Amino acid sequence: MVGIVSYGTYIPVYRIKAEEIARIWGEDGEVISRGLGIKQKSVPALDEDTATIAVEAAREAVSRAKIDPSEVDAVYVGSESHPYAVKPTATVVGEAVGVGNYYFAADLEFACKAGTAGMQICIAMARADMIRYGLAIGADTSQGAPGDPLEYSASAGGAAFLIGRKNVIAEVEATTSFTSDTPDFWRREGQPYPKHGGRFTGQPAYFRHITSAAKKILEETGLKPSDFAYAVFHQPNGKFPTRVAKMLGFSKEQISPGLVVPYIGNTYSGSSLLGLAATLDVVKPDERILLVSFGSGAGSDAFVIRATDSIESFEREPKVLEKIERGIYVDYGMYVKLRRKIKMA
Amino acid sequence: MLPRFWRKIKHRYNLIATKCENCGTYYYPPRNLCPKCRRKSRIVEVKLSGKGEVLSYSVVHEAPENMKDQKPYVVAMIKLDEGPVITSQLVCDCKEVRRGMRVKAAFRRCGEEGDAGIIYYCTKFVPE
Repeated sequence: MVGIVSYGTYIPVYRIKAEEIARIWGEDGEVISRGLGIKQKSVPALDEDTATIAVEAAREAVSRAKIDPSEVDAVYVGSESHPYAVKPTATVVGEAVGVGNYYFAADLEFACKAGTAGMQICIAMARADMIRYGLAIGADTSQGAPGDPLEYSASAGGAAFLIGRKNVIAEVEATTSFTSDTPDFWRREGQPYPKHGGRFTGQPAYFRHITSAAKKILEETGLKPSDFAYAVFHQPNGKFPTRVAKMLGFSKEQISPGLVVPYIGNTYSGSSLLGLAATLDVVKPDERILLVSFGSGAGSDAFVIRATDSIESFEREPKVLEKIERGIYVDYGMYVKLRRKIKMA
Repeated sequence: MLPRFWRKIKHRYNLIATKCENCGTYYYPPRNLCPKCRRKSRIVEVKLSGKGEVLSYSVVHEAPENMKDQKPYVVAMIKLDEGPVITSQLVCDCKEVRRGMRVKAAFRRCGEEGDAGIIYYCTKFVPE
């Protein structure tokens, strides 16, 4: 059986409220907050970046698995905010986790779905018996230009999943992807902030890819929405996952444990994976979770995950929800300093 | 600077100390010889738990150039549970720090060689 052996998460402690961002740009905070379904978002500290987030999440995953780090044979880090344009984040993670030197490693980039792409690689490698355990990590300190609507959502955080064949807490029963060349969101080389197609990011991008991947995996497995205890969809804001759940026949109750975006914003590559981690925090043996990520550009990875009996004895503290609640609020002035948006002389 | 940093990556990313198996003393930064046991030293590498408590601290208000954006910040002497005392940045509210406070190791950025240079990662401490 191949599946999730362990998971770990990291969310920076700083938060900024949507109202505070709206105050600066002369917009109605309450209307924006309600419209996006985002109350606040996480903000990284000056000494945090995608690598530090990935390391903390990966260390938690390996420590909860109670395995020797040298048994990790692969490290894949998905992000759209790798600290270096050229030089892997995965090697920093491998060294900090202490996996040794004989391991497969690469950085992945596919907007918000690079983390789930890493999961698929690790699942395939575990099935092929190439690795004992593999770390698939999605982490980001995402960028939003000052005054752009993205500024309300682009946040920081990450999750690491240890994939393997032994001591599986949640079996990955199936996975599939739906991919097309759709330019809904991009960042050109050397540019500090991304651009997006506004309303174009909805129907032809997010909704088309998520529903296509979800329908395909339901068709392949012969499962229907009622066979799942929970579902997690990529969460660029609070509205999209709620709407796509309804379109696919999933209830609010099924998505609610994994809907973390209202409290921490869109953590990009960490987004659907943090939702999955929050859902795994509450899942019971034999319950199924449908996970569908979305990455602009564009593609969706879908997974059917079923919790095993081992989930009950697995250490799930501190829960994702507790990490979400541990926030320290900053104002917009401190936010622009923390995000290095102030140009120093 | 680059090779000097690279050589110590193992000890910066994780608290890899040495222990004298003859007398049980831990050393961080690691030592190749136990000054107490001298010739009888039996030195082995060990990974410290990263947990400890604050022995003493200073709040830095006049920071060096590369740390100015983080001031005021706390630099603390931390006595690790295994024995060694480390001087490190303690990432917390300056009003929160006190002697005897329990802390744990965290993986953070500790500097960079300008916008185009290498980024240095290291171990800092945060409240447990």
